[in-house]
Formats: sequence, structure tokens, C-alpha cells
Amino acid sequence: MTTTAPRPSATTGSPVSRRGGAPRRPWLTYRRRDNLTGLLMVSPQLLGSAAFVIGPLVAVVWYSLHEWRVLANEFTFVGAGNYERLAADPGFHDSLRATGLFSVGLVVFNISLALALAVMLDQKLRGTAVFRTLFFSPVVVTLVAWTIVWGFLLQDNGGINAFLEVLGLDGPNWLRGESTSMLGVVVVQVLKNVGLNMVLFLAALQGVPEELKEAARMDGAGPWRVFRSITLALISPTILLVSIITVVGSLQVFAQIAVLTQGGPGTSTTVLVYYLYQQAFQFKEFGYASAVAVVLFGIVLVLTLIQWGLRRRFVFHES
Amino acid sequence: MGTQTTTRRRVTRRRALPVLALPLTMALLAACSGGAADADDAPAPGAEAPAPAEPVDLRMTVWSANEDHLALFDEIAAEYVEANPDLVSSITFEPLPFDEYTTAVTTQVAGGNPPDLAWILESTAPEFVESGALVALDDVLAGTEGYAVEDLNPDALSLWQSEDQLYAYPFSTSPFVVFVNDDMLAAAGQPTGRELLDSGEWTWDRIQEVGGAVKQATGNDGFVIRDFEYAQWEILATVWGGFGASAWSEDYTTCQLDSPEMVEAMTFLHDSAFDAAAMPAPGTTADFFAGQAAITVTQISRASLLDDSFAWDVLPMPEGPAGQQNVIGQAGIGVFANAENPDVAADFLAFFTNPENSARLGQYFPPPRVSLLTAEQLKATNPLLSEAQLEEVVVQGLEGAVTKPAHPNFAQIQQAARAELDSLWTPDADVAAVLGTTCERIQPLLEQ
Repeated sequence: MTTTAPRPSATTGSPVSRRGGAPRRPWLTYRRRDNLTGLLMVSPQLLGSAAFVIGPLVAVVWYSLHEWRVLANEFTFVGAGNYERLAADPGFHDSLRATGLFSVGLVVFNISLALALAVMLDQKLRGTAVFRTLFFSPVVVTLVAWTIVWGFLLQDNGGINAFLEVLGLDGPNWLRGESTSMLGVVVVQVLKNVGLNMVLFLAALQGVPEELKEAARMDGAGPWRVFRSITLALISPTILLVSIITVVGSLQVFAQIAVLTQGGPGTSTTVLVYYLYQQAFQFKEFGYASAVAVVLFGIVLVLTLIQWGLRRRFVFHES
Repeated sequence: MGTQTTTRRRVTRRRALPVLALPLTMALLAACSGGAADADDAPAPGAEAPAPAEPVDLRMTVWSANEDHLALFDEIAAEYVEANPDLVSSITFEPLPFDEYTTAVTTQVAGGNPPDLAWILESTAPEFVESGALVALDDVLAGTEGYAVEDLNPDALSLWQSEDQLYAYPFSTSPFVVFVNDDMLAAAGQPTGRELLDSGEWTWDRIQEVGGAVKQATGNDGFVIRDFEYAQWEILATVWGGFGASAWSEDYTTCQLDSPEMVEAMTFLHDSAFDAAAMPAPGTTADFFAGQAAITVTQISRASLLDDSFAWDVLPMPEGPAGQQNVIGQAGIGVFANAENPDVAADFLAFFTNPENSARLGQYFPPPRVSLLTAEQLKATNPLLSEAQLEEVVVQGLEGAVTKPAHPNFAQIQQAARAELDSLWTPDADVAAVLGTTCERIQPLLEQ
């Protein structure tokens, strides 16, 4: 129902008299006012995202195309030079291997343990609330504090080996052995975050309708079959969500490595983010480190897309 | 309706464009205006900047958060501000954590916010000195009335010079010494450190024997190379110096970690950890100053950690197969050329380190001034140590001293060698083979 103001005459070029025409439409129409209000409301978020997410993201890509010698104050465009160097860098390959190992270990241990705990604590038994709190409590502990405590426990003369000695076992030097250091880091990380995944699984398990399980049992399905065909199928969206969170989180592990192993022994626990940190802040290779960051971003993006793609195949129920 | 809907969508998309463009534009601006300043914008190192139109604020990064240290710095700074109200309005000392110190300073530089002055670790001295990041100080120091440049020990300055220009002032030249817990040695039925020294048995081999005996008798650790922790391998220079070894050649280009002398030194340390149990094994910690070890090697400045909980002594570095080798740790102060007021900062540095203030700083940081390095002078500001101890471990400890390994590419070399040396710290390691591999790994980095 809005009216349109008459345009100047194209033939005469003379403006139509406003006095004799329709009243001029105000510039600030309802629609414009709505749009302006909306823009103003989202602008803090947009500005924040631009300044702290998109800006740095674009900047990192830009930096990755340069050799940046900070102390000498030299910033030289090298094109794909940093990426070519990455492709031939054995240290980068080692860090990819360590990252893969850490991610696989974390995803397998974390999801298995979280699901097992959730199933156990989904029972209507006395005292389950205590155990839920117990398993969840590490999630709210400061990461570095948690890691430092575990660093002491995993020392050669630390609490874990003292406990093993009581049992008559000779424990390894967990954080100094190439084969045990990664295991130590994975276990510390699993125990830190398993409670969060456990709660997510628990919420999903409690949303599985009892009548469906009952119907399956009446059809002759055993406990395992009920779990596999009913419970797992219905919580598959949560499994997908948890696996995405865990995989992405595993690629970003840093504090545990910095506190427990500093990437050693050798380069056995030098994961990608720690390698990036070394290059940027220890070796002052900001351009090269930016290339590592771009590759890491690409890996996270691709893995997330793959997992979302797989949901059609493996997620049987999605509301 | 369909037409209207399509029109609204088009309008919405069109109006959304500026909204989307805004963050992207900002992102591009952020990318283009990042901390990477154009090299041409920087004043040439050593070039004199114009005098400030109004008094400026100076900032110096330090790695000491010790309240006594900071109080002394503030005191000296206040005197400078009072004497030069036209030049400076305030001087701030910014303590940064030691472990991340160089990282933090570098990040400030990368962010376009370098400090005016900064403490610099000796291991990174060549990197800073040769990068062009620092202002040459010779003219400023020589031109400061009463500075007495000739009083500065040339040996102490060499690490901080490039092409005969001084780029940082070594305000602390602190010798490595050996602290001994005589109570613990007595409990293990061993002679005191002083008795070993007096009887001519103050050698690494004897320390290994004594350390093993302490471990066996008391359960405490024998000797600890403080801060080594099987990662900071450069601190082992305090040991391998007595074996006649060095990490690389004086021109920084040739790895010498695989030399016979180094193999002998590292074998000694390996045996001490795994066979004689004289030093804590990898993955374990023992703090001498908390009474957990009988002997420790560290810098004299750590004497401030001592209390009366046990009888202690401080002794010079022991002899190895190649004799006794003094080792010093140094710290310099540099003025950043890219900071806003390098000329004022350099002038303050000259005041901060003039003979009078060097004497005051000397109670915490042994200065590079020959006139101040006498037991009598040091005693005036070091009540904890006797004049005889100061003469023995500080004055004589600086004679013919070498510094820990340093290199323009030190951070990468340190990390690469650390990764290789990890395999040395296992009970059945082949010391010579590991050191050979380490040299192969770091040689290209030395040549960069």
C-alpha cells in the first residue's frame, strides 16, 4: 500500500512541482527503521567478529604469504614459499603424525569411556548422582592446574608409579618414554573432559523413549540388540556432535603438551598447535607459523565437513 | 505474492552486502595494518632521534619480579626523572615471566609496541645484537660525563658487540658456583665441600662419588645442575667446560657436540644419572635450596634463596679432566631502535649504569666494571657472603670465564638439540651416537 514519489520527467527534464504532487515520502520508513534497528543490534557482534575473528583470520592468511623477521623488522612477500617449505619440513610431518595419534587416541578413549560411564550412570540406582558429580568435576577444574597436578603424578617418582609399586609393578617413566608420553597426555586429557561428553550422552540416553525399548524386548531382542538398534540409533545425533567436538578439540590441544612434555621426548608429542607455537613464539617465524595455522584451519574445516557429510549415513534419527 | 517475496529477498540481499562488507573491510584493514611495519619506517640503528617535544614515558621489560630489585630500579629511575624533567615524565619497569621472557618481548615487537629498553638473555644476545633491532650505545656511553667507559671489562662486553659497536650493556655478569649442603654431606658420612676443596679433591669425579653416597645414605639427591631438567642442555656448559668441551666453534658455525671431550663430559653426566645415581634421573625434581639435594651448580645470584635451615658453603667450579673452567651467565640491557624514543632511552641507560648506580645495582647484579669487582666493594652490598667467599667465587670466578652457548639462531638450535638429546637420557643410550646425530641435526641450523 505504499505510494511512490513521482520521478522527474524524463522528457522535459523539469522537476514535477512538489507543492502540487503527492506528499513526499519520509526517508525513514518503517522498513528502513526496522532494518536500521536490526543493524544496530547486530553491529556489536559484527564488529567483535570482524575485529577478533575475521580480521585475524584474514591477517593470518596474509602473513602466511610473507617471511616476517620480527627483530629485523622485515616483512617480505614470498608467495607460496612458506607452504612449499612446509611440504618439505620433516618437523611439520612429525607434528602431523603426533596430532593424528593424539586425535585418534583421544576420540577412541574419550567417546568409549564417556558412553560407558553414561550407560552405567543412566541406571536408577542410589548414589548415581554422586558418581555423576565425581566424573564431571574435572571439567570445571582449571586446565593448567589439572595438568600440573598430573605432571607430578606422572613423574618417575610420582604418585602413579608409587601406586604401581604398591601393587608390585615397576611403572615406566611416563613422560620421558617415546611410547608412553603420548599415552600419558591422552589419558590426562580424557580424564579432564570425559565428564562433559558423559553428561551429553546421559542427556541423550534419558531422551530415549522407554516404550521403544520395551517394544523391542517384546519382539525378542536381547539387551545388546536393544542397545545397538534402539539406544545407539536414537542417540546417534549426540554421538556425531560429541565426535565433532572431540576431534576439533583434539586438534587444538596445547596447554597439556606445554606443561607436561614440551613436545618431547624427541618430537613424539609435538602436535600441530605446539609446533605452531614453537615456530611463532620461540623461533620468531611468524610468517611460517601463519602457514601452519592456515593448514590447521583447513584440516579442521575438512574434517568437520566430512563428519557432517557422514551424518546422513550414520545418524539414524535427527529431530 | 511470489513477485513481492522475490523483491524483498533481493532487497534484503542488497542491503546485507554492506553489512557483510563491513567486517571484511575491517579484516583487510587489520591485515594490511598489522604489526608488520615497513622496514623503511624504522630509524636506522644508532641514528639519533629528535629530542621529544614534551617529556616522554619510558618502559623497560625485566624478568625479575623481586620487590627489592624493582624498588631499587624505581629509586634510580625517580632520580633520573627528577634530574631530567624535560626529557621524561615516568619510567616503568615491566616484569615478565622468565620462562616466556624472550617470547613476550618478541611478541611486543611484532605487535608494533616494543619496549624502550629490555633485558636480554645471553643465549639470545647474538640474535638481538645482529638483528639491527638495537641502538648502538658507544657514543651515548662515551659522551656521558663521568661514565668511565674504560672501566668496563672488555671480556664482559664481547658478547654484546658487533663490528666493534656495543648494542647492549651487560648489567649482570654472574658466575656459576657450587653450593654445598654440609649437613647433608655429614649425614651421609662424607667430607664437607670445603674439606674436598682444601684436599685437592674438588673434582667432578669426586662429586659424583659423594653424590652417589648421599643418595644411598640419605635418599636425597647428590648433585643437581639447577634449571637443567633434561631440557635446558646449554646449562651443562658448567660441566663440560671442565672437560675442555664446547657446543660449537667460536664463530658459531661448526658443531662440536660430538667431540671426544664432549662425549667424555656427557658420559660423565649419563653415568651420574643412571649408574652412580648421583644426580636426579629424568622426570624427577630436587631443589637444593629446599634441602632435597647435597650439591647444586647455579649462579651466585641464587644465594638469596638460602636461609639458616642447613649449614651451607659456596665454592668455585670443580676441576674436570681439562682443569677448572669458570662459567658466567650474563644479562644485557638494550635500547630498541623501533621504540618511540631511543635517544632518551639510551640516555637513561647511561644514567642507570653509571659508576654510582652500577655500585648500587651490584648488590644484586655483579657489574662489568673492573673497579667494582673487588671483594671489599661487593661485601658492602652482599651481607650474606663473606669477603673471602666473594673473592673466591665472584672475583676469581670471573677470571677467564666463558659464557653459556649463544647463537643468532639459538632458539631453533636449542629446540632441535633438545629433541635429539632426549634419547641420551635413557639408561642404555649410546652417548657418542646420540651426540653424533645431534650434531648432524643442528649443523645446518648453525650455518643459517
